[in-house]
Amino acid sequence: MKPPSIFRWMMISEWRAHIMQIAVALIAIAIGVAMAFSIHLINSAAFNEFSAASKSLSGQSDLQVRGRKAFLDEALYPLLAKHSSIALANPVLELDVAVPGKQQGRNDHKLKIIGIDPFRAAQISPDLLGVPEEGETLDRIASDTIFLSPAAMEWLQVEQGDALQLQAGLQAITLRVAGGLVRARAGQRIAVMDIGAVQWRFGQIGQLSRIELKLKDGINHAAFKTRLAKELGESYWVMEAADQEARIANMSRAYRINLNMLALVALFTGTFLVFSTQALSVIRRRQQFALLRVLGFTRQQLLRQIIAEGGFLGIMGSVLGLGLGYAVAAVAIRFLGGDLGTNFFPGVKPGIFFDPWDAVIFFAIGLSVTLLGSIAPALEAVRARPALALRSGAEDAVMAKLSSPWFAVICLSLALLFTQLPPIFELPVFGYLAIALLLIGGITLMPRFAAWTFASLLNRLHHERIGAVFTLALARLANAPNQAAIALGGILASFSLMVAMAIMVTSFRVSIDAWLGQVLPADLYVRAAAIGDQGGFQSDAQNAIIALPGFDRVDFFRTQQLTLDINRPDVTLFARPVDKEDPRNTLPLTDDVIAPGSLPEEVMPVWVSEAMVDLYGYRVGEKVVLPIGAVPSEFLVAGVWRDYGRQFGAIQMQLTDYQRLTGDLSVNNVALWLQAGTSSDTVVASLRQLPFGAALEISRSSDMRALSFEIFDRSFAVTYLLEIVAVVIGLLGVAASFSAQILARAKEFGMLRHIGVMRRQILVMLTAEGGLLTALGVVLGFVLGWGISLILVFIVNPQSFHWTMQLHLPWGWLLAIAVIMLISAALTALFFGRKAVSVQVIRAVREDW
Amino acid sequence: MLELRNITKGYAENRKVLINLSYTLNAGEYVAIMGESGVGKSTLLNLIAGLDSPDSGEIRINGAAISSMQDDAATQLRREQFGFIFQAFHVLPHLTLAQNIALPLLLNGIATDCVNQMLEQVGLHGRGHHFPRQLSGGELQRVAIARALIHRPRLVLADEPTGNLDPDTAHEILQLIRREIKANGATGIIVTHSHMAAATADRVLHLTKNGLHPAQPGHNL
Repeated sequence: MKPPSIFRWMMISEWRAHIMQIAVALIAIAIGVAMAFSIHLINSAAFNEFSAASKSLSGQSDLQVRGRKAFLDEALYPLLAKHSSIALANPVLELDVAVPGKQQGRNDHKLKIIGIDPFRAAQISPDLLGVPEEGETLDRIASDTIFLSPAAMEWLQVEQGDALQLQAGLQAITLRVAGGLVRARAGQRIAVMDIGAVQWRFGQIGQLSRIELKLKDGINHAAFKTRLAKELGESYWVMEAADQEARIANMSRAYRINLNMLALVALFTGTFLVFSTQALSVIRRRQQFALLRVLGFTRQQLLRQIIAEGGFLGIMGSVLGLGLGYAVAAVAIRFLGGDLGTNFFPGVKPGIFFDPWDAVIFFAIGLSVTLLGSIAPALEAVRARPALALRSGAEDAVMAKLSSPWFAVICLSLALLFTQLPPIFELPVFGYLAIALLLIGGITLMPRFAAWTFASLLNRLHHERIGAVFTLALARLANAPNQAAIALGGILASFSLMVAMAIMVTSFRVSIDAWLGQVLPADLYVRAAAIGDQGGFQSDAQNAIIALPGFDRVDFFRTQQLTLDINRPDVTLFARPVDKEDPRNTLPLTDDVIAPGSLPEEVMPVWVSEAMVDLYGYRVGEKVVLPIGAVPSEFLVAGVWRDYGRQFGAIQMQLTDYQRLTGDLSVNNVALWLQAGTSSDTVVASLRQLPFGAALEISRSSDMRALSFEIFDRSFAVTYLLEIVAVVIGLLGVAASFSAQILARAKEFGMLRHIGVMRRQILVMLTAEGGLLTALGVVLGFVLGWGISLILVFIVNPQSFHWTMQLHLPWGWLLAIAVIMLISAALTALFFGRKAVSVQVIRAVREDW
Repeated sequence: MLELRNITKGYAENRKVLINLSYTLNAGEYVAIMGESGVGKSTLLNLIAGLDSPDSGEIRINGAAISSMQDDAATQLRREQFGFIFQAFHVLPHLTLAQNIALPLLLNGIATDCVNQMLEQVGLHGRGHHFPRQLSGGELQRVAIARALIHRPRLVLADEPTGNLDPDTAHEILQLIRREIKANGATGIIVTHSHMAAATADRVLHLTKNGLHPAQPGHNL
């Protein structure tokens, strides 16, 4: 018979005989690939759409000029328009405007309004030109008209000709919907107005967001960009389209990569499952392979046979996974949106795009991990000496090499080393590698750990006291740990990752809870619908609030956006009253702070978030220059504070310093401490009675905390889902492994039945084996998970999101998961143990039937 | 000791393996059962051990009808009064020799002090801590014999105990089985195709479709 026929013969017969194990491995690979592929599709779709939508707003400009603050003075515009190298300068004012009646307190209640000069925009960004009614072309430059994209019209439930009310600070503004933006992207919620009208109606006279430039033919873009940047000085950024793309990519990169890593966890667990399926198959077929070797099968043929079987499994699983992944992505994006409910990509409605190259890459990943899971068992099979392998009774020695401690020690040492290494391109690459190595090292140690634990237990407990059944169960676990450990690989991987995630999420949640207590100390928070860079409350409004009765204390806050690096998202500046005696009373400071009282009088202090330290290299005690006020000023970094709200950086400074530098007395937010015995309802009612009361957004701190946790939990919902998928795959692995082992142990059960072991005793023995093994897996999984959580909390999170947190262990939750795992594994063993007490096992001991 | 009364057993309507089989075996006897492949030797052992039920007829062990017992009762009887020796040894690879031999004692709740003595009896003195993979075929069968006799069973069933062994080792093992069965005062049944094995028994029976009959001297199977 030709080798290809033998290959088919052996594979088909093996798969037919063990259809359940093969199906489980196939499902594991398919789910793993599906999760990874769907997350990638969703992320790509959302990111590409968000990026395309952002680019569509910039038109076909060669360069853009922006200020270091959110807005720049329009006086720059005529200078650029007259520049000898510039063909066209297009001023743009972009504002996010609150829509009354839409959901408050989240990012999705604002409408992006783009103010353009229609005559210039026609040449540089024609997609932004509104389409008015026939004969009403002048609507494009009218002061009371607005053009809406189809998605915005649908969201606002208005049509051409309707009136639209918007909120600007404390004022309500009514505009007429003059037409649509027919070339806006699907789902893109934007509006366009004449730039002069936007400046006037929204109180932004003299302000621009950016100036888009079209250069004259023959001008070298890069050289001109450098020259212009030098001409304009440090107050401005000159950027290209690529810079804008990098900026957009930076905004969501950490989120996307972390989600992708989580998705790969399911695939990683699947790899262990393939390994256990293949390893158990090799153990089961040891004599079969030995016979083939005796009959003339070469080592290479055997190696090819086992790897090809794994390869087929990988091909089928990966193809299934790609289809499933595409379907999951399509459903998820339809019902949860492109950011899976986390609001990371607001205002876009992405559609799934099937990129054949992406599919090929994920197919290759699925196939590779399957082959990876097959290599070790295949090598073990070809190493076996046929004469020895033909004898039964040494099955556990088959995988003995895998339990070599050196491999585990090397993995664990490397993991330890990697935890000390810095991020690469601001990504915790070594952190993730350390997690993978910790898992692999820990799982590789499992057989030795199992042997040591159960042998110790067996030695301590006297045979007579624990009886034959538990002696049998313990002896098997102590003396045949390799097979047991193989069965546990998948469950150990998924359980430890679940423990790690539970610890990380709890640590994060508890830290946020404490942080919110510090950043939301007041009873009520009031804000006006902010517009652009302006504070909503002018001095008269502030005085009117202070004059109201019932307050113990009133603090005003001014927030502003600063662009410190054009490749990064903006930094948020908070100007507020900070306790001079001890800033800890105001800010959630870390230990990295100048001691109270040691701050020199003559300097202006700023307290920076942890992200500023990571991203901009700010250090406590260092002097920094910030573009606050007419000219940049020098500040002293007086401390570092935790900020879980902004991963791209935030700075706090004294409100008095801000007002002195800028002359801007307006504020955005008001924090109100109520007098003892004053009801918040009474205060809210009196605030509403102010002339501008209807325009106020009033929130109780308890509501803001609840909202924060709602957003937090929604953000981690996908995480939980992926973890559950990984655990289910792990449990499937236990089911498949138990099933396979029970088949392989038919003769053992047959002999036991002969010598007087009852059916229920065999079931008890199997349940005890499953339970004890899982208990050990839970203990080791907890230790591994705890180790991984340390990496997540102290390395991955700070390197990805630039915030630190305190470690908190959710004991109740961990205990619940452990009990569920124990019960599931014991029941799985019991369920598959039924085969072990069938009549067939009695016959299995007969050689000449 | 063992009474077979009109035993009939089949696996399909037209495939009766044993038909109306009757025989009585006295305590302390050691008999060999020979017969062609497929004639029902192993089926007969299964029925005697209470691992399978006859379609009709009755099997009594010391007066107790094992053939009509519930599974638990039959298992209990087997545990206390039976010893088994298999062709393929069937020792548990993950237990040491001492643990393998001690299994019946543990199942019966008896102290395991006598294991070392039994190891010495079967020629494996000092090897109780070894694992089965460290043993030869002959040594493995010695372990199986020790396990079969450690709890002093009344009836020892051996199914082709030397089928996997070379002639010299087979001879040694057969002598050991006989010696130990006799030393323990047990009744023994050895199922075999081997004349050499059969010759170690007190009597040789021939199983045919017509029942169990004493083998004729010089009968060639």
